[in-house]
Amino acid sequence: MFKLSSEGEAFVKKELTRYETKRSAIIPCLYKVQEENDGWVSPESVEYLAKLMDLPSAWVNEVLKFYTMFNQKPIGKLHVQVCCNISCAMNGGRELANHLNKEFNIKDGEISADGNVTISRAECLGSCGTAPMMQVNDNYYEDLTPATAVDTIKSLIVKGSV
Amino acid sequence: METKVLSEHYDKPSFKTLSGYKELSGYEDLAKALKMDPKKIIEDVKAAGLRGRGGAGFPTGVKWGFLPDNGEPRYLLCNADEGEPGTFKDRLMMERAPHQLIEGMIISAFAIGSKKSYIYIRGEYNESIRILEKALKEAYDDGLLGKNILDSGFDHDMDIYVGAGAYICGEETAMISSLEGLKGQPKLKPPFPAIEGYLKKPTIVNNVESLAAVKYIIRDGVDGYRKYGTEKSAGTKLFSVSGNVVKPGNYEIPLGMSMKELIMDIAGGIKPGRKLKAVIPGGSSTPILTAEEALKVDMDYESMAELGTFLGSGAVIVIDDSNCMVDLLGVLMHFYHHESCGQCTPCREGTGWLNKLVHSILKGEAKMKDLELINGVSNHMMGRTICALSDAAAMPALSFLKKFRDEFEYYVKEGRSKIKGVSYAEVNH
Repeated sequence: MFKLSSEGEAFVKKELTRYETKRSAIIPCLYKVQEENDGWVSPESVEYLAKLMDLPSAWVNEVLKFYTMFNQKPIGKLHVQVCCNISCAMNGGRELANHLNKEFNIKDGEISADGNVTISRAECLGSCGTAPMMQVNDNYYEDLTPATAVDTIKSLIVKGSV
Repeated sequence: METKVLSEHYDKPSFKTLSGYKELSGYEDLAKALKMDPKKIIEDVKAAGLRGRGGAGFPTGVKWGFLPDNGEPRYLLCNADEGEPGTFKDRLMMERAPHQLIEGMIISAFAIGSKKSYIYIRGEYNESIRILEKALKEAYDDGLLGKNILDSGFDHDMDIYVGAGAYICGEETAMISSLEGLKGQPKLKPPFPAIEGYLKKPTIVNNVESLAAVKYIIRDGVDGYRKYGTEKSAGTKLFSVSGNVVKPGNYEIPLGMSMKELIMDIAGGIKPGRKLKAVIPGGSSTPILTAEEALKVDMDYESMAELGTFLGSGAVIVIDDSNCMVDLLGVLMHFYHHESCGQCTPCREGTGWLNKLVHSILKGEAKMKDLELINGVSNHMMGRTICALSDAAAMPALSFLKKFRDEFEYYVKEGRSKIKGVSYAEVNH
């Protein structure tokens, strides 16, 4: 059974009174669930959160399903999102994503055999002047080449950021 | 030449701290504004000719003027959900000058009589979020937010709301839905947010750059602000230049400068050995310009309108002759299909059709009559939906096809791109 840490539950309690309505706290609380549930929001964690927030689970589910930053299935420890929108596409973003697919031997959305990496293609991340770029978990890495991107991901794995 | 008004101190790392900001006259304009009549501030913002910097270009002061004058509580919402492909100026502003935004917001809130504001930031902008959270704390600790700000008797609270990845939330009524904890779907207008917005209360939604600019209208006065720009497009604006230029980046220039100067001089021109082919002038939703049009247009709202396009968010996407226009339209149609909120039929179905049609060309499966279908579907998407996303998808489709028809016809006929070295299989999975 999924359960937030006591720190996580305290966070939810605080968010519930932070905004004018309880419902506004759904997004921040889903982030917290995702953080404590290995990077994704499971159906049972939605039921748990809805109960904790005293809101209908349908409300929590509709938010979960609408926004792309919530993952609805398990994900690698490093979520590598390669921007493939126009300015990045013009500067090798798609080729970079393809290269990473090969290097880590996974298709988009899959988890590498060691559980470390998931690659996805993202829409514009607002880093168009430093294309191509990728977001790994919370951080941006810009002006990449296929080699520097692979090095970055590998060093994050070694550093234990995973 | 660049004209740095808002961005004057962006290169100084200390500018993002409260002490560094104050050393460079930070919050002095707030002190000045709090001694003014709020109505006079609204009049000044109108007279200065500030137009919304997020994309629509609607006069900021006029928008404020739509609020009911009845003392009812009202909200100020800063649109920091920057997501229009090609745009990265708001991110720079938040990362380099968080207090500039906060100061502009407090002044704006004072002008419209709002006691509560939110900065709605896109969830991916973690660095902006971290920096703004720190700056907000500094501002509260220094008495610049909260009760009785600078002994003026004005109270104001400000908070951050972090989105979760949805382009549509940059549309103001979708942003309000999102802040209310709903799916980020736009709402029917009227009533406009100024009458009925967040929690059905009067709400003003302004872009990061618009709110920051208010500070400079206070500092320099109406005439001082109008020193740059044209009669109808006043002031300076930040432009995000990306694509195939030598020096991509954010550049602040006076409105009305030629696009040629912005691209060829300031952004370093096109990479050696390549030729300018096209420019998307104001973010991916704005109709594309040919090289010839781009080299004669000026960077202001009216000049863009004359060519049937928009200044938009200021995202100038420069395309050289190594690109295939069919391929790039495929990238954009995939984007709009992914981001349609699904509420209105013409958009939900239309973006899907456009995405499929363009990709059928790219796969070599299209027939010549499909080009007419692209036009037909696009025309049925214009002006028939709750928000502008449908139009935003149709406009690039129509303009790419109209201005680069030969490339589309070649692709359909030959089953491959007219541009050497461009292959669908290599770039798309």
